[in-house]
Amino acid sequence: MVQFLDVILLTFLAVVAFAAVRMRDLFGIAMLLGVFSFLSASLFVVLDAADVAMTEAAVGAGVSTILVLSTLAATGKTVRPRSGRWKLPLFVTVMVGAALAYGTLDMPRYGDPSAPIQVHPIAKHYIEVSPQESGIPNMVTTLLAFYRGFDTLGETGVVFTAGIGVLALIGRRRRQDGTAAEALGPDVVAERHIIVRVVGKMMIPLVLLFACYVQAHGDYGPGGGFQAGVIFASGLMIYMLLFGIDAAERLVPPSVLQRLIALGLLIYGGIGVVNILQGGHFLDYRTLSSDAAHGIHYGVLGIELGVGITVTAVITTIIFTFTGYLRRGSATQQEA
Amino acid sequence: MYDFAAFLLLVAMALSIVRALQGPTVFDRILAANMFGSATVLMITTVGFMIERTDLVDIGLIYALVSFTGTIAVLRYVEYERVMAEKQAKRAAGAPKEQL
Amino acid sequence: MDMALDVLSWILLALGGAVAVLSGVGLLRFPDVYSRMHAASMLESLGAFCVLLGLFLQAGFTVVGAKLAILYVFLLLTAATAGHALAKSTYEAGVKPYERPGRRTDSQLGEGSNG
Repeated sequence: MVQFLDVILLTFLAVVAFAAVRMRDLFGIAMLLGVFSFLSASLFVVLDAADVAMTEAAVGAGVSTILVLSTLAATGKTVRPRSGRWKLPLFVTVMVGAALAYGTLDMPRYGDPSAPIQVHPIAKHYIEVSPQESGIPNMVTTLLAFYRGFDTLGETGVVFTAGIGVLALIGRRRRQDGTAAEALGPDVVAERHIIVRVVGKMMIPLVLLFACYVQAHGDYGPGGGFQAGVIFASGLMIYMLLFGIDAAERLVPPSVLQRLIALGLLIYGGIGVVNILQGGHFLDYRTLSSDAAHGIHYGVLGIELGVGITVTAVITTIIFTFTGYLRRGSATQQEA
Repeated sequence: MYDFAAFLLLVAMALSIVRALQGPTVFDRILAANMFGSATVLMITTVGFMIERTDLVDIGLIYALVSFTGTIAVLRYVEYERVMAEKQAKRAAGAPKEQL
Repeated sequence: MDMALDVLSWILLALGGAVAVLSGVGLLRFPDVYSRMHAASMLESLGAFCVLLGLFLQAGFTVVGAKLAILYVFLLLTAATAGHALAKSTYEAGVKPYERPGRRTDSQLGEGSNG
């Protein structure tokens, strides 16, 4: 049954991807990309990768959709007419696809017990040793945060860089033209959408609380810093969508967000430095406590907190920056 | 027992994909994507019980909360486009700036 | 007792799946956006109830069962609000409800025409 599910879901993915490429209306494509993300998360669930499925669920349904829609609102809704030259692009695509398919022939078959990843002794070592050594039942978290902690530091650095890049390229909101401001202003929402506003106000604390639960529960089930950060940012986004970007920026000022972006990464790297000062290696959490297992647990909790803070701040900054760009009004709206 | 329910939910997902590809208006597509999301939540929960990993219910919870955010974002976008189009039309008709 | 719970779960899960399929069929067959919204909301309320109750009977009164109950409450709340917002948006965009051709309009009925 699981293989059958795999085949069906992959077929759906292919159909949706093909339709998304062929469609002319950019908004329809945004909807299809949302569907694509749901399908990807289902595939990850069927492949028994719960942490990845959780991250895809948190990012694809909310944040990605909002980013695409902000871009559509700032630019335009229709695609430029196609150029009509199809032979050369088709040839290049087929050649690249054939080369990739030929490359996969050398890879081990799916689920092959003699594949290097299954056979290498380090995999057995992690599976057998990690629950006792660290006291954390979820092996994925132990691997990400302790055994491969340096990689995760790099990943957090990538998220940090993304936030800095968006800030550098698009920048802080400066109010120029008032027309776009009225469309997004609080009066548009407050008096016209009472039901959504009331229910939204009820949902925001639930979402934020659930984000804290996912952050803390990363040791025992799927979860952790990345997912929790995205869910927390989604809660703040509900507030922004319902009450306008002015109110949202009063709630979480961009200056605070910028400091939080750096704070999360500092916490992560700081724990590593503390480990060095206590006589161990960088990011060797066993020095944090007299009992090695407790030390690892404290270290994992600490760095997950750092990751969560950075991810929340970066995603919120990106969303605010993209939406704030609309306030300045695009050129077409000002000319007409 | 879980297989049968998962299969039926897959059928429902396929039908909503067809509507998402077809839907003449934009709201058909939003509706289809919303229903696809709900069906996915139910399917992920069922598959979680099927492969003996019941903590996948957390993923369903995340989807239920986050797809609400996505739907609100989509509807605000549609409203934004409509309000901007109206302003555009009024400006083209020559109304003074204070009336916009 | 276990057997009875299993049978009940089976029935509920099958019922939930049937509701989902019917909802999908309605999504395709109904003539306009507003009626399709009725079909889609069937999945989120009744379909979710049957499926989640069937799973709850399997999980019992544990943390997983509590999460299933919370999931149902969230689904109900968000589906109802999203449906309302969508319908309001659709109406304000000017989409008119479907009228079957040949249907007597309200004005004709009001003049006392025969049933």
